[in-house]
Amino acid sequence: MQILYLALALFLLLNLGAGMWRVVRGPTAADRMLAAQLFGTTAVAVLLLLAQATGNAALRDVALVFALLAAVTAVAFVRRTWQQA
Amino acid sequence: METLTVLTWIFDSLLAMGLLWLAWRCLTCPDLFNAIVLFVAFGLLMALAWVRLEALDVALAEAAIGAGLTGALLMAALAKLQSTKTNRDIAEKSEKNVTGVQLLQCVSIALLLLVAIGLGYAVLSLPAYAPGLSIEVSANLETSGVSNPVTAVLLNFRAYDTLLEMVVLLLALLGVWSLGGAIQQRETTPGPVLDTLSRVLVPVLILVTAYLLWVGAHAPGGAFQAGSVLGAAGVLLLLAGWRPRGAMMALPLRLILVAGLIVFLAIAIAIMMIERQLLEYWPAQAGVLILVLETAATISIGATLAALFLSRCPQVEEYK
Amino acid sequence: MTLSEIISSILLISGAVFFLAGTLGLLRFPDVYTRLHALTKADNVGLGLMVVGLALQSESLAGVGKLLLIWLLVMLAGASVAHLIAKGALHRGISLWKR
Repeated sequence: MQILYLALALFLLLNLGAGMWRVVRGPTAADRMLAAQLFGTTAVAVLLLLAQATGNAALRDVALVFALLAAVTAVAFVRRTWQQA
Repeated sequence: METLTVLTWIFDSLLAMGLLWLAWRCLTCPDLFNAIVLFVAFGLLMALAWVRLEALDVALAEAAIGAGLTGALLMAALAKLQSTKTNRDIAEKSEKNVTGVQLLQCVSIALLLLVAIGLGYAVLSLPAYAPGLSIEVSANLETSGVSNPVTAVLLNFRAYDTLLEMVVLLLALLGVWSLGGAIQQRETTPGPVLDTLSRVLVPVLILVTAYLLWVGAHAPGGAFQAGSVLGAAGVLLLLAGWRPRGAMMALPLRLILVAGLIVFLAIAIAIMMIERQLLEYWPAQAGVLILVLETAATISIGATLAALFLSRCPQVEEYK
Repeated sequence: MTLSEIISSILLISGAVFFLAGTLGLLRFPDVYTRLHALTKADNVGLGLMVVGLALQSESLAGVGKLLLIWLLVMLAGASVAHLIAKGALHRGISLWKR
C-alpha cells in the first residue's frame, strides 16, 4: 500500500507540474489564478497521501491549513487586483 | 524496499527541480501578476519540501504565511501599484543601455555560480549525522513543560529570541503604517457568495487557530502558526467588506497589537524579580506559563498580520 | 491484500484519474469558464474519492473526521472561488467560447 500512496503522490506532483503551463500561458489573469487553485487542491491530496504513507497524522493538520488558506489568496485576487485594473 | 526508495527519490528530485524552475520563472517574469501567482505556487512547493524534510512546524508556517497571507498581501500591493500607474513607468525606463546590462548580468551569473559551487562543496563535506543540540534538548525536555521539542526551544529554552521576534513584527507593522498608503477606493458590495463564505470560513479559521495553539504542546503547531491562521481570518474579513466600529480602531486595536509583547515582558520581569535568570521558568509551572505566553502571542500576531493588510494606520474618522 | 485495501486502492486510483481529468481540462479547454468547470471536478470528486479511500485505511475516528472536514472545506472554498472568478470574468467582458 505504501508504494501505491507514494506512486499516486508522484503522479499528482507531475499533474502539478503540468498545470504550470497554464500559469505561464494563460491569456487572462483568471487563468493563472485557476491554476494556483488547482495547485492548492493537488497539494492537499499529496499531503493526505503522504500522511498515510509515513503514518504521520500531523501532516493532516498541514493539509487542513492549506485547504483553508487557498481560498484567501483567490478572494484577495478577486476583490483587490481585479477591481483596480 | 527498493521501489519505495526509488519513488521517494523521484518525488524529491521533482520537487527540487520544480522549486528551482519556479524561482527562475518568478524572478525573470516581466508581468507582476504572473510573478505573484508563481510566487504562491513556489510557497506551496516549499511547504511540501519542508514536509519531506520532516520539519512540520515550518511547513505549517510556510503554508499559512508563504502560500496564503503573502499572496493576499502581494495582490493588494499590486492593486495599489496599478492604481497609481508606476508599473508602466518602471518597465519603460529599463530599455536603455542594453549591452552594459548584459555584461553586468554575465558577471553576476559567473559570481553566483562560484558561490553556488562553494556552497555545494561545503554542504557535501558536512558529516552525515550532525545532531547539533538535539541531544541536550531531548535530555531536558521533561523540565520544559511541553513535549514538542520545537515549542520547547521556541518558548522555553530560547524564549528570548521569541520575545525579540514579537518586537520585530511590531516594527514591521510600524514601517508599513508609516508609509501612508494610497487613499482607499470605494469597494463594491460583496455578493452573497463572498458574504456566506466569510461567515462560514472565519469561525472555522478561529477554531483551527485554537486547535493549532493547543496541539503545539505535543505535536507540530504553536503560536506563530496559529497566529498566522488568525491573521488569515482577519484578512478574509477585511476582503469581504467587514469593518469594525470606529471606536475599536483607536485604543483597543493598539492594545491588542502590543498585548503579546506586554505579557512576555511582564512575565520576564516578574521572573527576574523573584531572583531567577531572565525567562527561566520553574519546571512545575512551565507548561502553564508557555500556554499563557502562546495565547497572548497568537492574538497579537493575528492582529498584526491583519493590520498589515490594512496598509495604513486606521484613522478613526474613516470608520464612523 | 485485504478487502479494505483493495477497495481503498480502487477509490484512490479513480480519485487520481479525476485529478488528471481536472489538469487536462485546465490545459486543453478553450476558455476560462470551461476551465473552471474542469477544475471543480478535481476539487469535488477527485479529492472526495481519495478522502474516502484514505478514510477506510485511517487508524482512528478522529482521523476520519479530519479527512472529511478537509474535503468539505476544499469543496466550499473551491465552489465559492469558482463562482467569484466566473462572475468577475463576466463583468470584465471575457467572452464565452462558441464553436
